[in-house]
Amino acid sequence: MTTEATPSEKYLEVQRSDEFAGLRRRLRNFVFPMTVAFFLWYALYVLLSAYARGFMSVKIIGNINVALLFGLLQFISTFVIAWYYSRFAARQVDPIADKIREDLTAGAATRSAAAREDDATPTDTEVAK
Amino acid sequence: MHSHLILAAEAGTTSTSRTLTITLFLVFVAITLGITIWASRQTKTATDFYAGGRQFSGFQNGMAIGGDYMSAASFLGIAGLIALYGYDGFLYSIGFLVAWLVALLLVAEFLRNSGRYTMADVLAFRMRQRPVRTAASVSTIVVSIFYLIAQMVGAGALVSLLLGIKPGTTFLGMDADTAKVATIILVGALMIVYVVVGGMKGTTYVQIVKAFLLMTGALLMTLLVLAHYKFNLSSLLGDAAEQSGKGSAFLEPGLRYGVETAGDAAKTFYSKMDLLSLGIALVLGTAGLPHILTRFYTVPTSKIARKSVLWAIGIIGTFYLFTLALGFGAAALVGGKAITAQDKAGNTAAPQLAQALGIDYFGGETGGAVLLAIIAAVAFATILAVVAGLTLASSSSVAHDFYASVVKRGQASERDEVRVARIAAFVIGAIAIVLSIFAQSLNVAFLVALAFAVAASGNLPAILYSLFWKRFNTSGALWAIYGGLISAVFLVFFSPVVSGAPSAMFPDSDWHWFPLNNPGIISIPIGFLCGWIGTVLSKESDEDKYAELEVRSLTGFGAH
Repeated sequence: MTTEATPSEKYLEVQRSDEFAGLRRRLRNFVFPMTVAFFLWYALYVLLSAYARGFMSVKIIGNINVALLFGLLQFISTFVIAWYYSRFAARQVDPIADKIREDLTAGAATRSAAAREDDATPTDTEVAK
Repeated sequence: MHSHLILAAEAGTTSTSRTLTITLFLVFVAITLGITIWASRQTKTATDFYAGGRQFSGFQNGMAIGGDYMSAASFLGIAGLIALYGYDGFLYSIGFLVAWLVALLLVAEFLRNSGRYTMADVLAFRMRQRPVRTAASVSTIVVSIFYLIAQMVGAGALVSLLLGIKPGTTFLGMDADTAKVATIILVGALMIVYVVVGGMKGTTYVQIVKAFLLMTGALLMTLLVLAHYKFNLSSLLGDAAEQSGKGSAFLEPGLRYGVETAGDAAKTFYSKMDLLSLGIALVLGTAGLPHILTRFYTVPTSKIARKSVLWAIGIIGTFYLFTLALGFGAAALVGGKAITAQDKAGNTAAPQLAQALGIDYFGGETGGAVLLAIIAAVAFATILAVVAGLTLASSSSVAHDFYASVVKRGQASERDEVRVARIAAFVIGAIAIVLSIFAQSLNVAFLVALAFAVAASGNLPAILYSLFWKRFNTSGALWAIYGGLISAVFLVFFSPVVSGAPSAMFPDSDWHWFPLNNPGIISIPIGFLCGWIGTVLSKESDEDKYAELEVRSLTGFGAH
């Protein structure tokens, strides 16, 4: 795959296409809110550890208290978010990204084939490119 | 039961275990050197040297990420922290783990798609190459050197503890201080060999072997601890709390971080701010660590980069759950007194626990010596692997960013670049050795936290802005990197970890005015703010290049 064969107008054209805009929207609508969510959830845990000692020390089962459960929940939420994201990406993002990439690759191949033919019989107008 | 274990641990290291530790460590070194030499034969192109040929699978790279990330600070350090301060050590593990979501959601795949060998490939993509690559190179070297010194000084301190060289006694004719220097030189020399000879391919296999050993060792000890308490977590916690002498406070936050000092409202306030600051730096620093970022280039596609982060999250998360059992197990079965008698910071809690468990389960003293030797050798392997990863990341940046783009203005040949990378690895390794020997009597444990703070304050804002903000430009990148880097280092220099406290780097002087140990809560917002100010101050904007970056980073078109 050669990017050199892909002129910048091509990138602008793809970037402005509905297909690409949909891909970007879908991805951003997932990763940005999810980042805010896990960051707030983690911040809540740190804030409670700093300022809600009474609450964190409540024992639930035997010697297992809220602080420990909260910490373990952070582990579980991290695992779940990671799994959920990978499922989302595989189903909702990868197919669109793959299609756009394949289209671009096919276009680049055509262009470089054309460029090779031009190289064989160079003309003044093509040399500049 | 307990007194028996404590006595055994206090009895110290026997010569059996010392010999065995050294033998096992030499076996590890021999195997990894073998792999390195094999890898060197497979290393022909620049892609082989910098990115291991991009041929690793998601699982392999996930293990290698774990190998790079689970440093001695997290294995020995967190286990020790939990053993001495209980719950608060767990706070560290949680920050270190949650941090991986930033890498997974916002960084790994985009970086893999649009970069080539280093962090700067993405930062400089649509900027003026020379200034941005210089800044990225400076930041990479600063972060890596801080991290390296902390690890190597730690290695020097550990060797005398793990081999049981006490003041007044000798080992192979060396006293404790000589042994420390010898260890630093040995660790440094080995890491240089791994990197110079094996490149990324060799280093990655070293990480994989180390991660496997570390996980196996930690799993075994965790099972033994839990079996001791008939798999009843509550009774393990209860026993740990009782042995600690601190009661149920041992199982709650507040013994180490965010300490409440009665009658001193200011001190309490700053202590809690420090806890928040640490929490933020841990969670935002990981995705800005250069030696972690270069790992994403070792796989063929961004999908596999994603898979490798998933594996890494699974492996690292599991490991931190093990350290919870190890820490509380050490508190219960070894006891805080026996641990601080060996090392005030608690770094020997895990090895001491191994000895106690060995005595308990595997036939007395010999069993204890064997298990201690295994865990001590794993700890050495851990340090060795982490320092190799750091050296590789910084030498790659020197060669690929500074030499090829800044000095040679993109005209260097591949061969030339790799040659410079090897020389740089040698030089950086040598500098790290010298600095570590110089710093070995100083308390430099804070350098790891500082490396995270610099990564979070300088590198992360620059990476996120360049991936997601169209308007971002050269000036913004420079402001973000230098602003974050300088503010983090500046604040730490005037903090109690450098001067003005008994545990400071210079305990006898006092020039501190910044009240927090961790600069993150101030320096991270400064980094993001600087990036924004720098951007709006400059008119530069390259719409075409942003279109290219965005299309490539989201689709993987044209990925190297």
